[in-house]
Amino acid sequence: MSLIQLSAVSHTFSTATGQLPVLDSLSLSIEEGQFTAVVGPSGCGKSTLTRLIAGLLIPDAGEVWLHGERVVSPRSTVGMAFQNPVLLEWRSILKNVMLPLEIVSGSMPIKQQEERARFLLSLVGLDGFEDKRPSELSGGMRQRASLCRSLVHKPDVVILDEPFGALDAFTREDLWQTMHTLREQEPFTALLITHDLRESVFLADEVIVLSGRPAHAQHVLKVDMPAKRTLEDLYSPKATEMLAELRKQIQVAQGNTVSVAS
Amino acid sequence: MNTNIGKVLIPLFAIVVFLLLWELLVWVNQWPNYKMASPTDIWPAFWKFKHLFFEYGWQTLWRTIAGLSLSIVFGTLIGLLMGMSKRIRDGLYPLLVGFNAIPKATVVPIIALMFVGQHNMNTILMAFMISFFPIAVSVSIGLSTLEPEYRDILRALGASKLTIFRKIALPKTLPEFFGALKVAVTLAFIGTNLVEIIEPHGRGLGHLFDSAKINSDYPLMFAVLIALAFMGILLYYVVVMLEKIFAGWAERPAT
Repeated sequence: MSLIQLSAVSHTFSTATGQLPVLDSLSLSIEEGQFTAVVGPSGCGKSTLTRLIAGLLIPDAGEVWLHGERVVSPRSTVGMAFQNPVLLEWRSILKNVMLPLEIVSGSMPIKQQEERARFLLSLVGLDGFEDKRPSELSGGMRQRASLCRSLVHKPDVVILDEPFGALDAFTREDLWQTMHTLREQEPFTALLITHDLRESVFLADEVIVLSGRPAHAQHVLKVDMPAKRTLEDLYSPKATEMLAELRKQIQVAQGNTVSVAS
Repeated sequence: MNTNIGKVLIPLFAIVVFLLLWELLVWVNQWPNYKMASPTDIWPAFWKFKHLFFEYGWQTLWRTIAGLSLSIVFGTLIGLLMGMSKRIRDGLYPLLVGFNAIPKATVVPIIALMFVGQHNMNTILMAFMISFFPIAVSVSIGLSTLEPEYRDILRALGASKLTIFRKIALPKTLPEFFGALKVAVTLAFIGTNLVEIIEPHGRGLGHLFDSAKINSDYPLMFAVLIALAFMGILLYYVVVMLEKIFAGWAERPAT
């Protein structure tokens, strides 16, 4: 069985203007060690998907499975990073990265926790910044620290909800490469939510295109590129072809978007 | 200039300039001291009654601190309730605002009748009633404006509500809390003195003020006001010091 399995998951939000169906029998599976990107039109329920897998939200219908267990509540085997790095201002960078360990591995000696956090920080190029406060770091550096925090407790799956969305183009590309470095040194399973098709092709093994709201998996694209990628690979004919295909799928998805049903 | 020395010298300099201008104003207008006492009238008035200033000043101070402590405890509790539940917030806000809108001077005779003779308690109660509002509001705003992502990073790990509160909500609310505490400090002084002046019972600087008024000792009245201002400044800086210790992270380096 796959590491993550969603079978026919549907979810509807009740809003002031009426019922808002967000997901409509969405099924997908993610294998262990796989990097999956999810793209789709704005407001198609991508973030809802992350909250379902994290156990922060229970679907109205269908089932979410993680590691052979049905997800009915939050579990400590998930790591999360958002567009907003949400670092705690009153903690040093090192202490911020250690936060999940304090919650889930309270028994681990502090020294070991620190070593683990320092190791990850060095992988993303933040050695020397361990004792700085988040406000002393640039946006890109803060996001790097946030990525370390999402990985520090060796989660089964890392959920990345547009972590690079607010960064400038060059910083974003730097962080893409950092993601590859991290994966090499510290293999993990990831689910990346993004609006950036190039980002999805550069980072993922598989790209899932969600349809417009209510969303289902409209298209799955296997990224046919070597695991080790460079930015130049994005300009290869193969990559261009994949990007064009994704672009087309997004257009189809946008056409299908339905507005709030009352 | 060394910034630490500047931090002391600049405010001191401002105070000296203020006193000089005050002296000048009275001197130029040739006002008698019942119209406005000048700083040079005030010092002898203080010196003459200095033992009373220390005795009564202490009474005013401890009751103010006691009232303020009650405010911190109850204000934080009410703020917690309002911050964590929208229902409680909706329910309590009009009551709190209404309560805060009542001029506290009008409440003094009411509590004086309610608890006859309990002067310490009445004074502390008034200091509390006048100063808990900003604390409750700031704590509730601090908690209710916590971005959901902050909660999610811990909730996703299966952290309990208490852990989330301890590790995130509480520290994140501290800067707002201290901001409110600075306002509450001066309010609490007003509360204490309201009772001491309106219902004099032989204690506190408010009583000294009232005695001075009865004896037409105008410089002494002004001296009491200066003493109150001095104590207010003192307590304010105690709060600033606590803020530096517990919420110093919120201060950004000047650019």
